[in-house]
Amino acid sequence: MKKIIPVLLLFIVCTCKGIAQNEDLLKLVDSDTAQKEYVRNIFKSTRVINAQSIEMLGKGVMDVRILHRFGPISSGASNLFGLDQANMRFGFDYGISDRVSVGVGRSNVGKEFDGFIKLRPVWQATGPGGIPFSLIWVSGATLSTVPAPDDGPKPEFSSRMAYYHEALIGRKFNNRFSFQTGGVFVHRNIVSATAENNTWAIALGARCKLSKRIAFVADYHHIVAGKQPGTYDPLSLGFDIETGGHVFQLHFSNAVGMNEKNFLTNTTDNFWKGEIRFGFNLSRVFTIKKH
Amino acid sequence: MKKVLFTAALFLATVALQAQEKYFTKSGNIKFFSKAPLENIEAVNRSVTCVLDTKTGDIQFAVLMKGFEFVKALMQDHFNENYVESDKFPKGEFKGQIENISSLNITQDGAYPVNVAGQLTMHGITKDVKADGKIIVQNGKVSASSDFAILLSDYDIKIPSLVENNISKTININVNCALETLNK
Repeated sequence: MKKIIPVLLLFIVCTCKGIAQNEDLLKLVDSDTAQKEYVRNIFKSTRVINAQSIEMLGKGVMDVRILHRFGPISSGASNLFGLDQANMRFGFDYGISDRVSVGVGRSNVGKEFDGFIKLRPVWQATGPGGIPFSLIWVSGATLSTVPAPDDGPKPEFSSRMAYYHEALIGRKFNNRFSFQTGGVFVHRNIVSATAENNTWAIALGARCKLSKRIAFVADYHHIVAGKQPGTYDPLSLGFDIETGGHVFQLHFSNAVGMNEKNFLTNTTDNFWKGEIRFGFNLSRVFTIKKH
Repeated sequence: MKKVLFTAALFLATVALQAQEKYFTKSGNIKFFSKAPLENIEAVNRSVTCVLDTKTGDIQFAVLMKGFEFVKALMQDHFNENYVESDKFPKGEFKGQIENISSLNITQDGAYPVNVAGQLTMHGITKDVKADGKIIVQNGKVSASSDFAILLSDYDIKIPSLVENNISKTININVNCALETLNK
């Protein structure tokens, strides 16, 4: 009998242990190890407004972009504050992978085609081994298709071309605020006698979310060298409005050009003198390749 | 000596019994569907944690919201950012009980219909949920599955009026977990 008691005790201890643990079963298998996680939704769109943003398209996603820049607001009521006059670019961007995109577009401003490749060598991530910022590289070219004058010499193909390269570094600081900066280099094969072929600019861009689907965005380029005479630094302020697969970017800007070469070397209006236009970017994404 | 052996045997039997009564997985599946006139939304999470105690009938699930994979990358971004707010509420959890656990005989192959009642926590809100499911025992392997539906409005997940027709107000959820014995 004496020996049965420890046996019983042991039995009770063993079974009780089983019962006591029933409270939170998940704790038994939980391993809350932090995982590396890439930061998404840094900007709502792949452009801040005019500038490339540090956001990329997902793999297999096509972005159809339709951009409008209207006439100067100061042109008055007879011109419906610029809305009678429209400059536009339409383009297609495609995400080959989460880190590589390509895009082509056509602007009526300067009758230009443009194409670019955009890379994300560094992607901001949280968790172990995560880098706290993103690094973006963009290289592109533009081709002007303005017909040669009847009486002048026919220009070489190469003189219709310009190139740009751009490096951006940026970070999503929190769910509301993202900021980026970087440098842009534009090379035009042919320029007027008083202008320089090479233009250098510092880029600044930011977004601040006002609600889940609306954000305030701003981008600015300061031209540091090779400024085209008679041009100004392009500045744009606007709002991103997101509805499902669409992003509408409504903004005010002194720039007309809708590719890097054009807005950096051809912005002849001065924002601070009120030479501002209304414009919008419409982005609609389609999932081409499902994963 | 006989009694020592008996003690040891009893002890082993208890331990063995304990090891056999809890089952778990960390790679269970949860799928959800929303059927709407304009667009079907579908996502799957393949790293669901599930623990089942066949003795008490306790069953619990945990899932990382960011682990739901959508066919469309943008849908996934919007799901995390605008709807379930995964940064604020990273986890979904269900803690419940199989009400008719006594009908389950884990040593006998078969498909056992079960009624589960418990609390589902998601998007910072906990609600009582009841669901019918099945526990299947086959060659000593245990798996749990269930289909049920929840209302988005119960979890304060708002659909903006502009996309109201794209998203169904009810979401159908399918759970499927193949379990292993938990040795602990």
